[in-house]
Amino acid sequence: MSEIFGVPTQALFGQLLIGLINGSFYALLSLGLAVIFGLLNIINFTHGAQYMMGAFAAYFLAQKLGLGYWWSLILVPLIVGASGIVIERLMISRLYKLDHLYGLLLTFGIALIIQGAFRHQFGSSGLPYAIPKELEGGQNLGFMFLPNYRAWVIVASLAVCIGTWFVIERTKLGAYLRAATENPTLVQAFGVNVPRMITLTYGFGVALAALAGVMAAPIYQVNPLMGADLIIVVFAVVVIGGMGSILGSVLTGFALGVVEGLTKVFFPEASNTVIFVIMAIVLMIRPQGLFGQR
Amino acid sequence: MNEVTYQRTAFIAMMVFFIVAPAFIYPVFLMKALCFALFACAFNLLIGFGGLLSFGHAMFLGMAGYAAAYTAKAGVNLTIPFTGMGIFLPPFSTELAILAGVLASTVLGYLAGLLAIRRQGIYFAMVTLALAQMVFFFCVQAPFTGGEDGIQAVPRGRFLGMLDLNQMMNLYWVVLGIFTAGFLLIFRIINSPFGQVLKAIRENEARATSLGYRTDHYKLLAFVLSAGLAGLAGATKAIVFQLASLTDVHWSMSGEVVLMTLLGGLGTIFGPVLGAFIIIAMQNYLAELGAWVTIVQGVIFVVCVLAFRRGIVGELEAWLQRRRRG
Repeated sequence: MSEIFGVPTQALFGQLLIGLINGSFYALLSLGLAVIFGLLNIINFTHGAQYMMGAFAAYFLAQKLGLGYWWSLILVPLIVGASGIVIERLMISRLYKLDHLYGLLLTFGIALIIQGAFRHQFGSSGLPYAIPKELEGGQNLGFMFLPNYRAWVIVASLAVCIGTWFVIERTKLGAYLRAATENPTLVQAFGVNVPRMITLTYGFGVALAALAGVMAAPIYQVNPLMGADLIIVVFAVVVIGGMGSILGSVLTGFALGVVEGLTKVFFPEASNTVIFVIMAIVLMIRPQGLFGQR
Repeated sequence: MNEVTYQRTAFIAMMVFFIVAPAFIYPVFLMKALCFALFACAFNLLIGFGGLLSFGHAMFLGMAGYAAAYTAKAGVNLTIPFTGMGIFLPPFSTELAILAGVLASTVLGYLAGLLAIRRQGIYFAMVTLALAQMVFFFCVQAPFTGGEDGIQAVPRGRFLGMLDLNQMMNLYWVVLGIFTAGFLLIFRIINSPFGQVLKAIRENEARATSLGYRTDHYKLLAFVLSAGLAGLAGATKAIVFQLASLTDVHWSMSGEVVLMTLLGGLGTIFGPVLGAFIIIAMQNYLAELGAWVTIVQGVIFVVCVLAFRRGIVGELEAWLQRRRRG
């Protein structure tokens, strides 16, 4: 068994793995977007920049403070999430009564500022970030070689996604959150501090993006524009999945990563565009998205 | 001063400025700004009067640029279906090349519009952004665009076979003519019954539907018109700079046109023109500062959204109105 459909298995499984890795990031990022959208009703255009900030923060913790990957995994989401809370309090919170499009424009502007500032400081070339010692090397599975770090990324992001789903769908805190999504005024009347919940939700969504950034740092190079193109693909993922359900957006993220990986094997010319083509098809057949409600 | 005299005065002032300006401002800068002003006006037709925020308008600017540059430079091989016979069309004259660009962006606008109007609000913005990114990747790979190099050394030719466009001032008058025609067409569209229905849809789509309007048709037509006019700007720009490149299809260009319109004033008639001139001037002066251009653009976005949502012309109009009421 060295070929499937005329493609060497090594290449096939290799691309499948890359697809799953990309899918992990699509899932984490679209999950963050969906959580933020659910409560704030804005699309966070800054998400890609915050993912990039996550990677940079990990780089700095390693360079300046000598804190390794595992520390970054905990500290970076907190740091970047806190910066998100500042942005929400200072700027985004002024827009809730306005058309949601202003939220999109504002966060786009913030993304330009952040990306411009990092590019001004670090240029556009990538900075290296080492794979943690514990996850170096890999497993030979017989049909392919599986680097440990990549396996870890897939497992960890799945765990984070499922954890988020559990908190939102199965705990009391999540119940408040879902209630506030449905009817914020009523929930506030019950004595829940909805504005604070909104702020923390934004911080949490941003923290998810930063976490994705830390996990991406050893795989892709740390680069000021690493999130700029990615966020557009994630938008397409969000349109395909619809933002109605948490599990839906996670599933769509992974599935589209795999589809993209397979396209690289069978039809490489289309690998950049396949997700957008799928988006177009979904819009024709089911405009509200695969998991969206009208 | 009532609305009509205000608009007439402002229009005359604008035209006088454009006619006098080349005497003391570099004409190439003016032509660039005029192309972007038309681009922003076309974009404004959609957001300002239809309430549809397209985050992918670069695809129309860029595709029209490619189509105009390609047909002006290389000519086209037309194959007649089923017969196997082909005709080679020689390189197009300037005005035909621009028309080819408009045609390309109009067709693209129809296809993208069919998909995009299926969603509203934020989703509409995301869908247009994603479609434009798809067009971008198509342009990176397609053989006729020249990839990273773009299509260079596009001949300017003679306009209508008479006016030699390699003469700077001839070119300027033609560009000004194209801009004015596009601007007046948009003005006409906005004040037509079609434009009124569009505004009704922007204000309350459900009510417009209940009044018997097929809102999807109106939105699609607005999208196609906006795309075609954006294409007119892109094709003209390709002829002026003798270049069609990936910059014009990139998402940052889609962001720039949003910025121009927002800064000048969403839904105002003259705002996008002013916004385009300010942004292009800023890019010229800050060009050597590199990434600072992005930062400044981001700051303008944030300031406009937080403090200044009507834009410069919008604030000015509001001030005039307050003063009139006394």
